[in-house]
Amino acid sequence: MMSTKHFLKHLLFFIIMLGLIVSVLAADAVQAQETAPEGPSDNEVNAIAKQLYCPVCENIPLDVCPTQACAQWRELIREKLVAGWSEDEIKTYFVNQYGDRVLGTPPASGLNWAVYILPPLAIVVGIYILYRALRAWRKPPDAVAAGEQQASELDDDYVARLEEELRQR
Amino acid sequence: MIANLGYGALVITLLVSIYGIGAAYYGARTNKHAWVESARNATLLTFPLITVSAMSIVYLLVTNDYQVDYVASVTSNSMPTYLKVTALWGGQPGSLVFWSWLMAAFASAVTLRKWERDQEFLPWVVIVTLVTLGFFVSLNVFFENPFLRLWQTGTGGVTKAMLQPAGSVPYVPLDGSGLNPLLRHPGMIIHPPMLYLGFVSFVIPYAFAIAALVTGRTDDRWIRVTRRWTLVAWLFLSLGLILGGRWAYDVLGWGGYWGWDPVEIAAFMPWLTGTAFLHSVMIQEKRGMLKHWNMVLIILTYELVIFGTFLTRSGVLSSVHAFAQSAIGPVFFAFMGVTFIVSLSLLLKRWNDLKSKTHMTSLLSREALFLLNNLLFILILVICFLGVIYPLISEIITGQKVTFGPEWYERNTGPLFAGLLLLMGVAPLAAWRYSSAKTLGRAMWKPFIASLVVLVIVLISGVRHWAALLGFWLSAFVAAVTLYEFWRGAMARRRRSGESFPVALWRLAGRNRRRYGGYIIHLGVVLMAIGIIGIELFQTETQGTIARGEQMQLGDYTATFTSLAVFDTADGRNVARAVMSVERNGNFVGELYPRRDYYYESQQPMTIPGVRSTWEDDFYILLVDWQPITSAGATFKIYHNPLVNWLWLGGFVFLLGTLVAAWPDRDPQKHEVAARSASYAAVKA
Repeated sequence: MMSTKHFLKHLLFFIIMLGLIVSVLAADAVQAQETAPEGPSDNEVNAIAKQLYCPVCENIPLDVCPTQACAQWRELIREKLVAGWSEDEIKTYFVNQYGDRVLGTPPASGLNWAVYILPPLAIVVGIYILYRALRAWRKPPDAVAAGEQQASELDDDYVARLEEELRQR
Repeated sequence: MIANLGYGALVITLLVSIYGIGAAYYGARTNKHAWVESARNATLLTFPLITVSAMSIVYLLVTNDYQVDYVASVTSNSMPTYLKVTALWGGQPGSLVFWSWLMAAFASAVTLRKWERDQEFLPWVVIVTLVTLGFFVSLNVFFENPFLRLWQTGTGGVTKAMLQPAGSVPYVPLDGSGLNPLLRHPGMIIHPPMLYLGFVSFVIPYAFAIAALVTGRTDDRWIRVTRRWTLVAWLFLSLGLILGGRWAYDVLGWGGYWGWDPVEIAAFMPWLTGTAFLHSVMIQEKRGMLKHWNMVLIILTYELVIFGTFLTRSGVLSSVHAFAQSAIGPVFFAFMGVTFIVSLSLLLKRWNDLKSKTHMTSLLSREALFLLNNLLFILILVICFLGVIYPLISEIITGQKVTFGPEWYERNTGPLFAGLLLLMGVAPLAAWRYSSAKTLGRAMWKPFIASLVVLVIVLISGVRHWAALLGFWLSAFVAAVTLYEFWRGAMARRRRSGESFPVALWRLAGRNRRRYGGYIIHLGVVLMAIGIIGIELFQTETQGTIARGEQMQLGDYTATFTSLAVFDTADGRNVARAVMSVERNGNFVGELYPRRDYYYESQQPMTIPGVRSTWEDDFYILLVDWQPITSAGATFKIYHNPLVNWLWLGGFVFLLGTLVAAWPDRDPQKHEVAARSASYAAVKA
């Protein structure tokens, strides 16, 4: 059993740690401003190409696709940037030309809503099913009390519990 | 001649499999053991038969027998012999034979075990393994024959056939088209066999599960028998996934290791259910609960193994049209449907027999936390499945193909992976049957403080990204809990037995290798998580076109373009190789040689990065483009990948832990007999 003094010592240490974390975070400097170079650089082209997928290959982002066709598409992005197009305009242009498959995530419209609703829904339903299952499996309260007593006895003796578990494997 | 031999062996394998299935079924139904024995012998016969077939392909590949269509499509004169051998799994028909070969090996191995205590399982295990094997062999025999030869017909056209069509002459191309360059990497050479081994070995626990359902012997015997098979399956599948990641990092030239590509996910999905299964069987062994759930998990794992092969082999991923045209796609689909329905009906039939007699006693007990772990694995599976299957649904319904990039997967699975890490820290400290917040808190206190210390250090080192801080803290917490468990156990043992600490630690781990092997796996996952956080959240990149002598800067690093050479090699490549001199904070740290290999035969380029790898970070340069005439200017893409080496180290620790857990025990019965005879001898003396 942990003594009060021991507990206070731990608590103090915990508070010091927490204080340190907060102070480091607070002392953190504000981000530096970035300056953009003149004309569309490769990095600017890639920043857009990264969000698009090669219209002909399977699942290869446009910024890393090694084919000649993709190099030309990247050049196209550069030309559009020179012409003053915005990032969204360029993406829309690619979608109009080659379909939704050039986007890394399906646009949230029509049937595609399913892929935005289903994952969170699955999580909620899963947790609910697990909660119901666990409740259904619970023992009646008096049995739990008995289990508690047994468990706390065992817990005081870590070796006994470990030995028991090792025996049972 | 050799081609006929190989094909003949395949046909005979199919016939022997069908016979074995029939004999086992008849023997089991009529209780005639001789028939079951005969089915067992039939299973044993499949392995040498498919070996003949696989070796025939290897012989044809190595001897450049280009009249055989498969040989012409995956090898070429310039390929070294070892690559010609690995071309066995370099194309569709060959890789299916390879799959069957491994399946036959595992089926034979399992029939050779001692069956005295599980005689009633034998016919059903034989049936399940032979049905699976027979299915794959029939794909080769009827649709994807690797032994088809090329013939020139009278009209000048070239046709593929097993037997010489009337009026035709053999057609032998002078050279083959060669193996896909992407497959010429050591990682790719061993990656598919490992994945396939993982796939086929999961068939064994499934076979036992089905045997348990059919025979009604629904205690945990089938789980105990297959415990090691499952671990071995999991080991190979994990190894396959890790090697696949390494291969992607080394040759795909996009600076990453995992792109959430459907082909990757195809192998990841059975791993998810397999991992959930490995955890949940422990609840059945210790507490006699979750019998239904374990059946569901192993059935799912089997179907996902078939589904994984289906995804990569049926052409369904490229488009539904390719699937419709593919000969084997619909057959695969039907096989999955039939096995799934049969498995589920067997499960429903035994539903009442599988009801557990014990109860869950606490929401914080280890079994409850394991269930939560299962939920998280299944949710990740659901998201992966949706991401793989939705583009097909969308194409069928709207005609529009869609893509799911890493962003979608990471947003949906990220919190679930974080939850798994947290559980990995909490669950080992929770007791079976009963734990309360109080007992858990008492056990967690010290590792929790240790993890806070790590968090402070990470903060002081300048990390501010909230997800990174959470990830590093969780990793530290899991590591602290795991190491604490080792320390606590060894100290307790030392106090009791007076052994030295290392001896106590060694013997403790030896007492329950599954438990402590599992903890080593957890430590491996922590190391991998550190690498993943590093590359996912802190990767930076830059691209630019520079002339010789010019520099590119990324973070602390400066790369100077020294020279570029373009030359042909003896094995049919045109290589452009740049020399980059790398400095870090002004100090020279080495030269890197990013290159672009162009394969003349297959007309495919390969981008091989130049990488400087340390425990702190990887500096990764790609040669994107260059001016061919002057060789003066070239375009480079540079990635800075912090901590990525921890991912590979973690993979190594992970596999080590799995080996510790799966290592065979000394035969307990033999042990008991020895102890008994020793005490008998002592009494006599």
